[in-house]
Amino acid sequence: MFNKIMVPVDLAHITQIEPSLKVSADMARHYQAEVCYVGVTANTPGSVARTPEEYAQKLEAFAQQRGDVHGQPVSSRTISRVDPVADLVDTLVKAIDEVDADLVVMPTHAPNHLDIVIPANGSQVASRTDASVFLVRPEDDD
Amino acid sequence: MANSTNDDNPQEPQKGSEGIPAPEGAANLIDTDYVIGQDNIKASPLGINVDLHSTVFMVSSVVILLFVIMTLAMQAQMEPIFDAMFSFLTTKLTWVFLLGANVFVILALVLIFTPMGRVRIGGANAKPDFGYAGWFAMLFAAGMGIGLMFYGVSEPLGHYGTAFGGISMGEDGLRTDWAPLGGAEGDQAGAISLGMAATIFHWGLHPWGAYAIVGLSLAIFAFNKGLPLTMRSIFYPILGERIWGWPGHLIDILAVFATLFGLATSLGLGATQASAGLNYLFGVPDNNVTLVLLILGITIVALGSIMLGVDKGVQRLSQLNMGLALLLLVFVIAVGPTLMIASGVLDNLMGYVKNLPALSMPFGREDASFTQGWTAFYWAWWIAWSPFVGMFIARVSRGRTVREFLIAVLVVPTLASVVWMTAFGTTAIDQVISSGITDVQDAALELQLFTMLEHLPLASITSFVGIVLVIVFFITSSDSGSLVIDSITAGGKVDAPKPQRVFWALIEGGIAIALLLGGGLGALQTAALTTGLPFTLVLLAGCYAIVKGLMTEPKAK
Repeated sequence: MFNKIMVPVDLAHITQIEPSLKVSADMARHYQAEVCYVGVTANTPGSVARTPEEYAQKLEAFAQQRGDVHGQPVSSRTISRVDPVADLVDTLVKAIDEVDADLVVMPTHAPNHLDIVIPANGSQVASRTDASVFLVRPEDDD
Repeated sequence: MANSTNDDNPQEPQKGSEGIPAPEGAANLIDTDYVIGQDNIKASPLGINVDLHSTVFMVSSVVILLFVIMTLAMQAQMEPIFDAMFSFLTTKLTWVFLLGANVFVILALVLIFTPMGRVRIGGANAKPDFGYAGWFAMLFAAGMGIGLMFYGVSEPLGHYGTAFGGISMGEDGLRTDWAPLGGAEGDQAGAISLGMAATIFHWGLHPWGAYAIVGLSLAIFAFNKGLPLTMRSIFYPILGERIWGWPGHLIDILAVFATLFGLATSLGLGATQASAGLNYLFGVPDNNVTLVLLILGITIVALGSIMLGVDKGVQRLSQLNMGLALLLLVFVIAVGPTLMIASGVLDNLMGYVKNLPALSMPFGREDASFTQGWTAFYWAWWIAWSPFVGMFIARVSRGRTVREFLIAVLVVPTLASVVWMTAFGTTAIDQVISSGITDVQDAALELQLFTMLEHLPLASITSFVGIVLVIVFFITSSDSGSLVIDSITAGGKVDAPKPQRVFWALIEGGIAIALLLGGGLGALQTAALTTGLPFTLVLLAGCYAIVKGLMTEPKAK
């Protein structure tokens, strides 16, 4: 049913995205699908990498490492933006087409009062793409 | 995953080595073990994620809060202290500002012509993030847009008047007049020429030189050297690893202080002016309700803009503003004394160049009122704003060469100022000379633009455009300023959680309203301007850093 799974990754918050990594690995095995790990980073120096190229290198290494775990083919894509926080949804929606993914597995937080003002990225992505979107809640909430 | 240890040889450009890959194409990363964000605290109070530099955020918040409370509570005591500090700076230390600003301009101009101008920000193969139009609109709107609206008419008129009035001596043998240089007593053409030259001097190379130095040094040290995008990085060549400690904290805290108070007080004072304009044009009551509504409106639109981000928010708003400003400029040129303006642009440019050495001379000046009251005041102002404008310019300038950067930040805005000041100044002066209209001169400063427009056709439309421009220029300063403060207080991170930038925009509006109602806007603005002195020294360090940093960078082809 799915050929390519896109997994947005924030290398600075690996623990928070762990559940979605697990789900994507299981689904990749089940559907024999490729997994593409996508990272959106600032083009200014940040905590993970001091250049976008360094980020790309680390993301690719991360993808290979995940590939060894789940055994499905992997790829990675780093996109650097001037204002990654504000442009995240746009960038991900565009990336879905660019990598030609038919399923997106991404982490999201539990619904909260702030969603009215600042809607969750995951729900915004879901409302703007044709691909299927699987939003994974954190495991150990509360 | 965040242990970016870096053991590359800093002397050699790296070529896909095992360490950190260089930015696109050759560049020269600085070898440091500091991890950006290592001093940050991450927490989720009330379910809101934050990621802040612990020291910079805490100390600057406390200092800001204390200053606001003290100013509100003891306005009568604080105001004279701030005033005395500032007048000491502009009377006794005028030469520091003038000399410093000259250094910035000369270095920026020289760099255009050296081989270092070929270095590309972000590495030899980096691609620009923005097109020319959007890029230039953002730097111009952040840099001085609002001032051009207020001073485009009043400053040429003022300098023309004082120059025409000539020199007068007090009993102590010191000059009491406000004329620039030696004035041009009774010489109409000479007074126009000198008045325009003096105006352009204050809005030309020198302010943009200060912005260019901060912008370029930060851009090089962030995008090419891999240091965080925050003021302290400028000091790396001088202080080395010590910038991660208190010397760096202090520089960043001072930058937050200057930027936040600069923005909040201009927002408050600007609202006062916009309200006066609305009252004059449409009879809107000029009271506290209007003022608070204006500040709220400006803050809400600025909030929308920062939520949309640099690309879709700040850039679009700046472009809209540039479009409107251009329309107004073309209109004034077309219906004003077109021929006089056309020939005036070249004359004024030549007059500026001719008078530049004398006007920028830091020592042995006889026109004390002019140098201290106008020039030193402006220089303190521009330099106090330079951390904010420079940092924002740096952030949007990746992918440009140093030469391109300097031409766009220094030369083009100067020429734009020449055209703008010539169009508005000439029209106003012509109204005085040819038609004997004096009400522009007599009007309050914030109304002079509208009074001038009143004597041109379609006054109600153009005045409305003028008011909109004033308000949108405030928004474009406010949104880019909040982004800058957010990234300084997040230790140089530009991807900190969104609620943080919202917080700063709200604080800015909150301070503006509190001081507007409680009094003390002017006092606190003076306090912000006194940071011009320490930042003059920071900028001189920036000059050293630029040269030092560029010398180790590979040149673009």
